[in-house]
Amino acid sequence: MSDLASFRLPTLGSQPDYLTPAYTSTVKRSPTQSLILLPQSLSELTGPVFGHERVGKLDHDLTKQHAGEPLGERIIVAGRVMDEDGKPVPNTLVEVWQANAAGRYQHKRDTHDAPLDPHFTGTGRTMTDEDGNYRFLTIRPGAYPWRNHVNAWRPAHIHFSLFGHAFATRLVTQMYFPGDPLLALDPIYNSVPDMRARERMISTFELALTEPEFALGFRFDIVLRGRDATPMEK
Amino acid sequence: MTKPATTISQHITTPSQTVGPYLHIGLDWLTTSNLVIPETEGLHIVLQGCLLDVDGQPIPDGMIEIWQANAHGKYAHTDDHQVKTLTQNFMGFGRLSTDEQGGFRFSTIKPGPVPHHDGSIQASHIMVQVFARGLIKQLVTRVYFPDGDHSHDLVLKHVPVERRHTLVASTTKDNPNVFHWNIALGGENETVFFTI
Repeated sequence: MSDLASFRLPTLGSQPDYLTPAYTSTVKRSPTQSLILLPQSLSELTGPVFGHERVGKLDHDLTKQHAGEPLGERIIVAGRVMDEDGKPVPNTLVEVWQANAAGRYQHKRDTHDAPLDPHFTGTGRTMTDEDGNYRFLTIRPGAYPWRNHVNAWRPAHIHFSLFGHAFATRLVTQMYFPGDPLLALDPIYNSVPDMRARERMISTFELALTEPEFALGFRFDIVLRGRDATPMEK
Repeated sequence: MTKPATTISQHITTPSQTVGPYLHIGLDWLTTSNLVIPETEGLHIVLQGCLLDVDGQPIPDGMIEIWQANAHGKYAHTDDHQVKTLTQNFMGFGRLSTDEQGGFRFSTIKPGPVPHHDGSIQASHIMVQVFARGLIKQLVTRVYFPDGDHSHDLVLKHVPVERRHTLVASTTKDNPNVFHWNIALGGENETVFFTI
């Protein structure tokens, strides 16, 4: 018998539908049949656990991966990974990737006519600490065009990948910046039904995270699924 | 079934967003298509197939992650309290990016059976999550083995009989330890995906 509490389904309205026709790539890449709801077993309640030794000391600093300094506005992105009940998620892997300051990815498939930065790869990773906190140092990414529709531009964003404590808590999301006029026009951001959930993806400027004479600070707290109050079966 | 929420959430869950087309920048460093070393305990197998879109076209910019128990049916996780032996150097996690033909190939071991929450024993299976541009959140599924006794598996009982075959890998006589299994987002053999 399982002595583990299951994870609750994510907050209603917090997750986008697979088929979001305004984001045209979803049309050919969404399952056509309904998903089947399952009770959770050990297979869902466990998941890969990575040790702190998996990340290098400077992996959280995207400005120090090359001989020179990348161009652009240095920023600090920090926050806390927690569950829906506010409990911290400690010692979990956080992976990020992003475009450079000009809105160009260091990727063979990115053909946007904006300069690459030889001093910026746009890849980072870190582990949360005992209280679920993480911190990255990077460059503010640029917006970039995509061919989803005429004159389509993605709002500046940083991709985040998280595992949490279990297979069931796996999350890949994107962090956006406050006040970005492109957010209102973006089908990916707007795929989320609940406005408050959408706004959870927008980081907030925070003076306390800002380092004088060095870099602006943005807070991005990330909320993973919470557990039921009691184990499913005893 | 999963119970409705018994606790009111203080915080809204962060929404999922697509990995996009440039996922490799951030995620390829952790590529683990071979989960084993020659000495790893258990039946060494290959799990391979293609990731296909609703029209059966390959998805060449996808990512697949797997999670599985060891040969004894124990997960390398502190919440697995079963009295079973852990396998040294076997984590049970795999990740890879699909190739130009949408292909994937993992080398691993066949997992042992693990119990469900009611104490019933599940047939041997590997947990799978799929990520791609155009997938706004990941897809969750499982793959089973053709020789297993599937009749008592609580998860398969949730799946309509006519769709269960989409969760079972196939093999050939030439290569009994190489398992083929496609992940199809549509068509006649659309894979069953789950909400967990």
